[in-house]
Amino acid sequence: MLIRPKEGILDPQGKAVERALPALGFEGISHVRVGRMVELEAPEGADLARLCEQLLANPLIEDYEVVEDGE
Amino acid sequence: MKFGVLQFPGSCDERDAVLACERVGEAELVWHGETELSGIDAVVVPGGFSYGDYLRAGAIARFAPVMNAVRDFAEAGGPVLGICNGFQVLCEAGLLPGALLPNEGLRFLCRQVELEVVNTATVATARCEPGERLSIPVKHMSGRWFAPADMLARLEASGQVVFRYGPGQNPNGSVADVAGVCNAHGNVVGLMPHPEHAVDPLTGSADGLRLFESLVAGRLAAAA
Repeated sequence: MLIRPKEGILDPQGKAVERALPALGFEGISHVRVGRMVELEAPEGADLARLCEQLLANPLIEDYEVVEDGE
Repeated sequence: MKFGVLQFPGSCDERDAVLACERVGEAELVWHGETELSGIDAVVVPGGFSYGDYLRAGAIARFAPVMNAVRDFAEAGGPVLGICNGFQVLCEAGLLPGALLPNEGLRFLCRQVELEVVNTATVATARCEPGERLSIPVKHMSGRWFAPADMLARLEASGQVVFRYGPGQNPNGSVADVAGVCNAHGNVVGLMPHPEHAVDPLTGSADGLRLFESLVAGRLAAAA
C-alpha cells in the first residue's frame, strides 16, 4: 500500500528533503512528497481498500494506492 | 460527578488529568480494555502517545475496546473532552471533525499559548465568556489541525470551532488558527492545548480549570 499526503496539504517532511537536495548537487527537483509504504501478505479477495480507508490511511488527509505483485 | 479518564498503553497525561478532575469532582482511570463506562458522568481522553502513535497519532487507539463504550456514551449525549492525543484519537474515531498533522515546523513544541474561546455553548466551555482568553500550555508533535476548506466553512458556520490560538500564536500551522473543535451537539470537545496542566497558579496559570468546571456545570444542569 502506498499512502501519500493529499495534494494541497502542506508536507513539511517533503519540503525539508527538498531543501537538502542542492547540497548534493541536485538542481531543479521539486514537489518532493514523503508518504508511507506498508507491505503485507493478504489472502485472495481481502478487502484491502477498506483496510486502507479505515486504518492505514486517513482519507481526509491522505490518498492511497494498492499495488499487488501477485507472488 | 465522576470523571472517567481513559488510559491507553502510551498515555502519559492521565494522572494530571485525574488530579485536575479531582479539583472539581471525583475521578478514576479507565483502562483501554474496558468495555463499559459504568457510573461515569464525563469522559476525558488524555494526552500521551497511545499505542506509540504508530501509523498516525491516535490511529490505533481508536480501535481500543473502550472506544466503543465512549462512542455509545457520546451518542447518548454524554460529555467527552479530548486533550492533545485524546483530541487526535477522537478525530481518528470520527467523533470529532478534521485531522491532526505533524507540526508545520516538524519540531516538538512545548510552550504556553493564549487561547481564545470562540464558542461557549459546549460542555467544556459553558463556564467561559465568549472571546475570553485562556493561558494554557501546548506540548505536541502532531498538532496541525486540518479540515478541507468546505468542511472548515461548515464548521465555522455551525459554531464547531471552539478554541483558536491568539493572534500570532498559532504554534503548529493549524488552518484558521483552530486549536479545538466540537461535534454537532457540543457534547464532544477536543483541543491540542493541555488544560489539565494549568489548574494551579503555582504553574503559572489556573485557566484550564474553567474547562473542568464547565463539564461539572453541564452535568448539574442536565440533572436539574
